[in-house]
Amino acid sequence: MSYTKALRCRECGREYSLEPIHVCEFCFGPLEVVYDYAAMAGGVTRENIILGPYSMWRYRDLLPVGEGEVVDINAGFTPLIPANNLGRTLGLKNLYLKNDCVNPSYSFKDRVVSVAATKAREFGFKTLACASTGNLACAVAAHGAKAGLETYVFIPADLEQGKIVGAAIYGPTLVAVEGSYDEVNRLCSELADRYPWAFVNINIRPYYAEGSKTLGYEVAEQLGWRAPDWAIVPVASGSMFTKIYKGFKELEHIGLLNNGVDTHMVVAQARGCSPIVNAFEQETLNIRPVKPHTIAKSLAIGNPADGYYALKTIRESHGAAVAVMDPEVVEGMKLLAETEGIFAETAGGVAIAALKHLVAADAIGAEDVTVVYVTGSGLKTQEAVADALGPRLVIKPTVHSFEEAVKEAGKVVP
Amino acid sequence: MAKRRMKFTFPPELITRPVIYEIAQRFQVVTNIRRADVAEERGWVVLELDGAAEDIERAVEWVMTLNVRVDPIEGDVVEG
Repeated sequence: MSYTKALRCRECGREYSLEPIHVCEFCFGPLEVVYDYAAMAGGVTRENIILGPYSMWRYRDLLPVGEGEVVDINAGFTPLIPANNLGRTLGLKNLYLKNDCVNPSYSFKDRVVSVAATKAREFGFKTLACASTGNLACAVAAHGAKAGLETYVFIPADLEQGKIVGAAIYGPTLVAVEGSYDEVNRLCSELADRYPWAFVNINIRPYYAEGSKTLGYEVAEQLGWRAPDWAIVPVASGSMFTKIYKGFKELEHIGLLNNGVDTHMVVAQARGCSPIVNAFEQETLNIRPVKPHTIAKSLAIGNPADGYYALKTIRESHGAAVAVMDPEVVEGMKLLAETEGIFAETAGGVAIAALKHLVAADAIGAEDVTVVYVTGSGLKTQEAVADALGPRLVIKPTVHSFEEAVKEAGKVVP
Repeated sequence: MAKRRMKFTFPPELITRPVIYEIAQRFQVVTNIRRADVAEERGWVVLELDGAAEDIERAVEWVMTLNVRVDPIEGDVVEG
């Protein structure tokens, strides 16, 4: 059952009924879903959850949806993998990877959009929409198709063809906007005001954002109902980061964890777009927008909506914020693939590179339970690493040619 | 008539200039500040502009020529 109570302004605390609205009419602050935790604590048990589906919807009672059918393409309940090889390399004995590459459209965005599409249908919207340069477009197009909703996906006109195939296949109306990134931003904000659409990360944002809490619930359940000591999270808008922490805290609050939440939350960003890390380093909660310039395109949000709240989460959790250079991102992607067999997108490389920084600074203890969130598949950002990979051995179709080539490459045939 | 909600971020050199007053003087646009944080080095204002759509458009274009950053109040809505 649903334990949602209201929407509440994160700035002035005013409450609103559960409608498709996202800003406070009084102070224009962002709205967030609030729950009846006392009732939730009495009604949600580990047993209910364990008997639920092997997807994010096993936590349905903790999400802001009603009693009807959810829009489900089986997002979530992705593997939490003990990263023994990578851990050995870095001197960490309890390192885990939350592998969200294996979601239906290959990124964590399926979680948030599954909730957003469900709410869109509940509210009676006929159209699902978003503006995206990658993962979000794929997730919205896929869930829009499943839900039978008309789907509009806005993209910058100069986006590479390869980036849009993953969304186009689901048959949305793709709208390529000729203009700068800032102009696309402003246009979409205006369109969301103008049309009766469910713009997933605008008017449905309070509900959409809650989907990321499942990244916290799942990790805690998969660790044996405990929150980790460290969570390393690649960050763009800051929303997922704050919701992972909210997920841990909620499980603690309703009595489902074996430990208290003492998780150090770490923001990982690429230095070419690190407004949250910059503010953290300057010891301010005031975000200065930046112009992104990094290969980590999925994190390239120069004016992060939840940057302020991400900074507050870092403070509350005694966490950290780490920015890494683009070559480190590539090295991080390669290290993850070569040690654990996971081909992550650039955001994963950012998280691994940030982990290396923290290890080098002796911030993380060897025994600490550390979780790195790998939020999207590398197949979407192949161009970022293509030039950094080893050469192929090109041979004639003879054994002699093969053995010569192997010898020249300095390898020994086992 | 139209209403637009937006966030203006001012560079240091404009902190002392009454830009929002000037909008009201230059254009037929009513400005209504809802939240703000202005320091010596930088400041931002979340406000509503109320007027004819074309007047609001012109006002926004004008503030941008002053090097004021204009964003949706939602932050960046184009996501990766």
